[in-house]
Amino acid sequence: MMGFFFKYAAPQAFYRLAGGLIPWVSGLAVLLTLSGLWVGLGMAPTDAQQGEGYRIIFLHVPASWMSMVIFMAMAFWSFLGLTFKTRLSGMMTAALAPTGAIFAFLSLWTGAMWGKPMWGAWWVWYARLTSELILFFLYLGYIALTSAIDNPTRRDKAGSILALVGSINVPIIYFSVIWWNTLHQGASISMTKAPSMARLMLVGMLLMALAFWMYSIAVALYRVRTLILQREAQTKWIQSLPEVAGVE
Amino acid sequence: MNAFWAILQRDLRVAMNRKVEVLSGLFFYLVVATLFPLAIGSDLDILRRIAPGILWVGALLSSMLTLGRLFEADWQDGSLEQLALTPHPLPLLVLAKILSHWTLCGLPLVLVAPVLGLMFDLPSQYVWVLTGTLVLGTPVLSCLGAIASALTLGLRGGGVLISLLVLPLFVPVLVFGTGAVEALAAGLGTQAYFSILTAMLLPALFFSPWACAAALRVALE
Repeated sequence: MMGFFFKYAAPQAFYRLAGGLIPWVSGLAVLLTLSGLWVGLGMAPTDAQQGEGYRIIFLHVPASWMSMVIFMAMAFWSFLGLTFKTRLSGMMTAALAPTGAIFAFLSLWTGAMWGKPMWGAWWVWYARLTSELILFFLYLGYIALTSAIDNPTRRDKAGSILALVGSINVPIIYFSVIWWNTLHQGASISMTKAPSMARLMLVGMLLMALAFWMYSIAVALYRVRTLILQREAQTKWIQSLPEVAGVE
Repeated sequence: MNAFWAILQRDLRVAMNRKVEVLSGLFFYLVVATLFPLAIGSDLDILRRIAPGILWVGALLSSMLTLGRLFEADWQDGSLEQLALTPHPLPLLVLAKILSHWTLCGLPLVLVAPVLGLMFDLPSQYVWVLTGTLVLGTPVLSCLGAIASALTLGLRGGGVLISLLVLPLFVPVLVFGTGAVEALAAGLGTQAYFSILTAMLLPALFFSPWACAAALRVALE
């Protein structure tokens, strides 16, 4: 098992693995998105109180989840990178950041679109909205820091330290739901008690969540491949790749 | 431990030779606090309400301004590299630098905050609660800010970058710092807020020197 990990910790081996995985993962992402949207927009019943407007949650909730999951994943790779000094980990962290930032933004944007008809305001200063906004700022800070550093080694390590420090903020985001009593809806899905929504709504939301997972994995793998090509451009194995051989 | 005190003393002594530089953060705080009434109007009811927020945000911005200098001078004259090479644990030395930053930049803000509170017509009980939250909160600012300062050491656009990195991390401190005064105004107890601020301060004091030392080693490589 460990041997498997160590083998693919080498950029060369991972480049091939990622190349093989990308078509499958992106195919799954497309399938899941289509079926998730079909269930969410077509089949799920209209909400008794919120009407059709609630359907934005099929984008909003998975996007919020994803923005938090990606930050945790970045913290995980940062930890690996700092403890085992693997080159790939820093690239994984860097590859995840833009996707996480996009999902955080998407979550805020769709939240605003849901808030206008439901609350009558594009934005209210409640804990969860505010903490999602702060998460978005954390992503921007990471991207700003890493793009200001030219040396790749320092970039990876500095970014990793920042991601780890910032990841302390992600649990605060989650528990802010409990900490502050707000007008914001309570979390609709909880691990401890049965979800308070129709089964089809839940299915649609979970399908969309899986679709976003697959999309994130596919995009991150694609970005990692590009980073590997950039970083290792001088090495023999890159120059002997068929897709590189023709390029000068 | 001797090295710790030596660094603390040295930093304070160096600062005494550049008094204006040290005091600029304090002046900034005073000026920012003065600008708000000029922008909003002199209605004391409004000012009383927003005073905790203004004094906290001002303290936040002021300590951010001075963070850039935390390691910069030592880095430029090479003494930071020397410190990293000494047999003493770097996190301990970093803690000394953080404490000296707080003594030079955080403590003056805490001391002047009651006076500013009176300018905003805060009742004396509010002033004390506000000052108390600043006592606990400003060291957290120095701790977290030191990490950002170490991460951005020697980078182009370092100053603005520090604000981008640090401001989101300061949010919990800001929330609970100002929350204490609001709780007092609502007739609730403030003890919970002080407990939470202390609960932020202690781990920050313990962990940030490590993160900071790691960031410095990366920057010095």
